[in-house]
Order: sequence, then structure tokens, then C-alpha cells
Amino acid sequence: MKKIGLIIGMVLFTISMSAQNKNAKAQIEVDGVCGMCKQRIEKAALTTKGVKYASWNVETHQLSLILDERKTSLKTIHENVAAVGHDTKEVECSTEAYNNLHPCCKYKDEEIIKDHKDE
Amino acid sequence: MKLKIIYIIIFLLPVLSLAQETFKGIVMVKENGKMKGLEGATVYWKGTDIGTTTDEKGWFALKYNSEYKELVISFIGYTTAIVPINSNIELHHLLEEGNELDEVEIKTRRKTTAVSYLETSNLTNISSEELLNAACCNLSESFETNPSIDVNFSDAITGTKQIQMLGLNSPYILIAQENIPSVRGASQAYGLTFTPGTWVESIQITKGAGSVVNGYESIAGQINAELVKPYKDDRLFVNLFGSNNGRLELNTHFNQKISDKWSTGLYLHGNHRSKKIDTNNDNFLDIPLAKQINIMNRWQYQDLQKGWVSFLSFRYLSDEKQAGEIGFNPSKDKFTTNSWGSEINTNRVDATAKVGYVFPEIPFQSFGFQTAYSKHKQDSYYGLQMYDINHESVYSSLMFNSIIGDTRNKFKTGLNFTYDKYNELVNEIDYSRSENSFGGFFEYSYDDLENFSLIAGMRADKHNKLGFFFTPRLHMRYAPWEKGVLRASLGRGKRSANIFAENQQLFASNRAINIIDDGGEIYGLDPETAWNYGVSFLQGFNLFEKKGDIVFDFYRTDFSNKVVVDWENSQEISFYNLEDESYANSFQTEISYELIDKLDLKLSYKYYDIQTKYKSGVNQKPLVPKHRFFANANYITKHNSERFWRFNATYNLVGIQRFPSTMNSPLIYQRPEFSEQTNLLNLQVTKVFSRKFEIYVGGENVTNTTQENPIVSADNPFGSYFDSTMVYAPINGANYYVGLRYKL
Repeated sequence: MKKIGLIIGMVLFTISMSAQNKNAKAQIEVDGVCGMCKQRIEKAALTTKGVKYASWNVETHQLSLILDERKTSLKTIHENVAAVGHDTKEVECSTEAYNNLHPCCKYKDEEIIKDHKDE
Repeated sequence: MKLKIIYIIIFLLPVLSLAQETFKGIVMVKENGKMKGLEGATVYWKGTDIGTTTDEKGWFALKYNSEYKELVISFIGYTTAIVPINSNIELHHLLEEGNELDEVEIKTRRKTTAVSYLETSNLTNISSEELLNAACCNLSESFETNPSIDVNFSDAITGTKQIQMLGLNSPYILIAQENIPSVRGASQAYGLTFTPGTWVESIQITKGAGSVVNGYESIAGQINAELVKPYKDDRLFVNLFGSNNGRLELNTHFNQKISDKWSTGLYLHGNHRSKKIDTNNDNFLDIPLAKQINIMNRWQYQDLQKGWVSFLSFRYLSDEKQAGEIGFNPSKDKFTTNSWGSEINTNRVDATAKVGYVFPEIPFQSFGFQTAYSKHKQDSYYGLQMYDINHESVYSSLMFNSIIGDTRNKFKTGLNFTYDKYNELVNEIDYSRSENSFGGFFEYSYDDLENFSLIAGMRADKHNKLGFFFTPRLHMRYAPWEKGVLRASLGRGKRSANIFAENQQLFASNRAINIIDDGGEIYGLDPETAWNYGVSFLQGFNLFEKKGDIVFDFYRTDFSNKVVVDWENSQEISFYNLEDESYANSFQTEISYELIDKLDLKLSYKYYDIQTKYKSGVNQKPLVPKHRFFANANYITKHNSERFWRFNATYNLVGIQRFPSTMNSPLIYQRPEFSEQTNLLNLQVTKVFSRKFEIYVGGENVTNTTQENPIVSADNPFGSYFDSTMVYAPINGANYYVGLRYKL
């Protein structure tokens, strides 16, 4: 009886494993301002192991992702994106990372935001 | 007391602000038929940065203000919704499934012809706006404002223009329509004139090896023409055109949306020229009399939510040309020596079907299937020579696109099948044959998302005449600094030469046909094989606050085998396998710059060194200039209104060209060693009255440059020295035209 319970447990465990989605979709908010930011944000997301697809929208600031949940978590992605200098909804980037951004990408600067609006 | 009140206010302030109105709602999706809250969806007020994401049950709460009128709800894999909000009532919104296509609208004015900074291969895109600048009328004339493609004259009889890339003729270019190889086999000589210009939506030109996806035949490069699509094209389009050399054209498009998924379009083209013109008084028509009817019907299906797209197209073409002496009357003089004349009649049917599917859950994965059938029948005679060709062709391809790991590593893989059946009669000699090939390809592309990308492709094909062979192709792109792009490519191509169809102008001469049979599979000749290598550098710059770019290209094509077309004996045309070397080197530099507001300037210099070892010795390819200079200016007087003018001027300076040897002809029929240099200038002015209506006028060859005595022995067309292939300049002088476009 114990054995059966174990087997059932194992089966359930594998099922719950496979229920972790290989192609899970997610969307996170990331701050940025231009096409260069887009490239940087997407690269930071995509170089995270387990992220298959990343597309950031300049206007809505939404980073759309497809990821393998078995290999990564949203938290890691937030951290990696913040590490290259972009604030996400959950993780704020370090001042150092922000200062390293290209001058045209300083998204916290009102002047720069205004400049890009005219494009 | 006062202090107390202040304290109370300070204490209450946050509470008061909390009391500000909030807008609440739930975002739902349908999953297996059940409604369910969607977690993580983005919700924000349009035009503001006030937004949030939904919680695990799909709920959200946002600040509300009666000025906020539209709420944007989005989530990957679902169609973004913009919901009008009129009052603060709890919202229950169901998101529809669908693919979020990455459409980025770019508001700055785009150049109409642009060399891409981002593509791995050397790709130039010609937009529909640029196509309007070409004087007239069909695909072969669409390249006149683009320096990557050269337009040459094939002979003085049929009025055909031949295109060249990297100094090589069109047979070495893979010409596709919507990625289905189309101008090939029997349609090689006149095929480009069988697609009306108004049907073309855009053209992509790839210099160098190109992709393996569309087959192994491309050597110098690839040209792909996208045709108008019923879903996007105007509901009604009418174009009328008339020119002083007697050409009349009518183009009409009718497009109809049948349901939200189906649309259909009917495209009709007719052209007619009945005016006999002989300005150089050689008793031969400068341009043939012509009649063409061309009909296309397309059906487009799209269901973006499920990820399906499909096209069905049917085409019918009938084209008739009459050329030769002015007084030639086909019913009386055909096959007689009364008068020299020619008739070229073509009938063609095309049917294509395409299906594409993008996995809705994973937008980076898709598959596509396409299949095409065509039947091309040309019945023609040139003087006493007869040439009939009947070409039936089937093409199918199946392709799967996906990624390896993530979207930095993508691949395409698939299968192609081609079947070609030729019934070919050359002066009663039967050259009928059939060819088939079956092959598979794999193309890997890598993009580091910063400054390096590459595409490496390989295909393997089994062909009944060419045998089993591999076709490798490689493209690389590296951006060493800002706006600088370095590209390199190499690849191999292989093809069977259709010697008569491709060199049809030979029939407009009395040269004897001499095929030196080496026991090869096609006309006794071997397949053509060549390697193409290229490097290209593009640098964008800002000068006086205006954008520009400069390109340097160098390409080399090395033939390991070629069917040499030898015109070096004025009594003969010979075809034989290459014995020694044959190569084509081409260098091109191009500057584009916005000189003043809305005035785009393009200058280009091209150098060609194309050598082949002929039986009579190594020599430059005849009738290809070593030097060419190109300039194009385009000006638009747009001041944010629908009414504006568009001016376009294109200038070509074509260097001297070597004539094939005429040493063994009598003195009066001899040609000098080199032709003269020629200047060609085209002008066009368009007045746009509204989005619906415009009128254009223009002139081709306004400097009236022509070749004197283009036909050798025009006075004795049945004598053995008659030859109309020694052409380096226009036959016809200045030509003016007027046209209108109306769309609804």
C-alpha cells in the first residue's frame, strides 16, 4: 500500500513537473526609451538561459517573453535586465549600471525622453 | 489649535489621496472553452504612464480620472485591446487570442530605396513609392532608378531590355515572385515584361550568393518581387498610360474583402502599340508592334488568431509582338524573302498556392508550403528562322522555421521539388527534354543582437541532368562601429543553361548556330557552376545635419564551368563548355544623401571586369561597359498636405563597350573595336492631387541618344551578314509619356 502511494506520488510529481510550461508566456514592465534600449533589454533577457523569445515595446515599455519555466524564473530575468541598467517593475537597477548606459538611453532624464518623443 | 488642524490635514492627506477614484476590472481569457482570469496582463491608460498588471485571478485596479477614455490591455499571444471607457464601472474584458505581430511604426520619412543596416546579406529594398519613379510599365523597367541592376539592350529588333547584376546577365540571377522562382527557362528573355509594374508591391535585391531556401540556381544574386495583396491593396485602382511612341496601357485592380478572413483581387492589364516608327530610316521598326493581355486573380486568407495565412493566385497572359521591316505583313510575307519580319507570340498560365502557419503560442515557429504550376508557350519566327518553346513547370517547397534555444539561433529547413518539361524546336530540330530535381536545405542564422550575425546554409539536390550536388552559402555581417556595417558572403550556384531561350536575340541575325557537343546532358553541354565571393562596406553619416550613407561593394564570380556564348565570329554563334577560366569582377560605390530637405540624391560608380577564355583567346565580355556612372535625384514638395509634386531624374553614363569581333566581315559590315560612350537621361514629374488621384508626365532618353545603324546589313536582311545584336544604345530616341493613377 505504501508502495502504491509512493508510485502515485512519483507519477503526480512527474505530472506536476511536466505541467511546468516549456513555452510559458510572460510580460514584464521595463523602463527604457529608445531602439538602443530595446536591443539591450532584449539581449539581456535572451541571454538568460531558458528565455526563448523576448520583445520589448518602446511605447508600452512591455517586455514580452516566452520562457522555459523548467530552466528559468521571471525573477532571474528581472535581475538580468536590471543588471544592464534598466529598471523593471520588480527590480531597480544599480546607479552604476544606469550610469553606464549610452547617453541617448538615459531614460530617467526628462530631456532625453522628450528628445525621443519627437522621433 | 491651528497646529492641530495642520496635523490633522497632514495625517489625512494620504487617506484623502487614497480616496481618489480607482477603476477596477478583470481581464479574462477563454481556455478550453472556459473563462478564466489572466494573470500578468498589462493594463494602462492610453497616452499616460499609469498602468498595472493583473493579479493571479486577473483583477486589476487603476487610478481613475474622467479624462482617461481608453484602456489598453495586452498580453503576449493575445490581440492587444483598446477599450473605450466612458465611466467608472467595473470592467470585464475578454482578451482575444491572436499573434502580436511586432509592427513598429516608424514616423520619420523612410528612403524609398534602402540598403539595409540590419540584414545579414547585402539586401536592398525598393518600395512601392520608388517604383512609381520608373517611367513605365513592367518589372524589367522597375530597376531604372536603382544602380545595383543595370539595364541593357539585347537587340535592335525585339525592343527587349536585359538586366544585369555584377555584370552578369539575368540567367545568373534567381528571379522570384513571392519567393517562387519565376523568370526562368523559357521565360528568360521576355519574362520580366510579363509582370505589369502596378502589380509589384516591392522588390528585394540580394547581391551575391543569396539564400539556399529558393534553390541552387542563383549565382550573381537574387531578385524577389512581392506582388500586391488583396487585403492591403486599394479597393479600386486605375492606371492609364500613353506615350508618343504609340504605347497605350491600362491597369485596373479590384479588391474585395469577402469576410474578415477572405479577400480577393482581380488585376487586369492590357497594353497595345500599333504605331510604326522608324526614326533611323533603316526600314526596320525601332520598337515592335505589341499587344498584351494579362489577368491575375488572387485569393488571400488570413486568420491571425489561429496563425494561418494563405494565398491562391491564377494568372493568364497573352503577348503578341511583331517586329522587323516596316512593310512586313505577316499574312503575306511570313517565311518569304519579300520582307524580313518576326512574330513572337506567348501564352502563359500560372497557378500558385501558398499556405503559412505561425504557431500562435510560439511566434518564432512557423511552417510554409508553396506550390506553383506554369505552362509557357512561345511560338515565334525571326525571318526564316523558327523558334518554338513550350515549357511546363512545377515547383513545390515545404519549409519549417524555428529556433535552437532562443531567438538568437534560428533555423529554416525544408524540401524543394522542381519539374521542368521543355518542348523546344529550333529550325525544326527538336531539343525537347525534361528536368527534375529534388532537394533539401538547412539554413542556420545567428544574431548576437549587437554587432555580429551570420547565415550559413547548405542544400543537397538530386537532379536528373546535373547529378547529385551540394550548394553551400555563407553570409556574415559585422558592425565594427556606429552606422558602419561590414558584410561578406560566399556561395556556389549551379544551373543548366537554356542556350536558345536565354540568347534569343541570336535569331535576329543570320549567324550559324554552332554547338560544340562535349557529350554533356543538356544540348551536349555541361551544367554551369560558379562560386561567388563578395565583401561590402556600408557607412552611414550625418553631414550638415542631413543623413546619408556610402557603400563600397566588391564581388567576384568564378566559373568552374560555363556555357560560353561566343559571338566573336560574325558569321556564327558558338556554344561550348568553358576550357579555361571565366570570371566577373565588379566594384560599386554608391552615395546617398539628403542634400536639402526632401531632396534625395544618389550617385554611383561601377566598374566591371568580365573575362572569358574564348576559342579565339581571352577577352572582355562583349557589350558590357567597363565603367558606368549613375545619378538619381528625387524631390518631393510635401508640406503636410495631400497635394504635392514629385520630381525624379535619373542619369546614366555608360562607358565604351567592346563589340564582338567583326574581322571576318566585309569592310562595310565591320564594327569598330569599341562603341561610343552614351548618356541617358530620364525625367519624371508627378502631381499628386489627393490620396486618390495623381497625374504624371515624363521623358525617357530625353537627350535623344541613339545608335546609328544599329542593324548590320539592314539593307540585305537575308544575306549572311545580317545582325541586329550589336547594340549598345537605345534604338528609339526621346520618348515622352503621360499617365494617371486613380485609387479608391
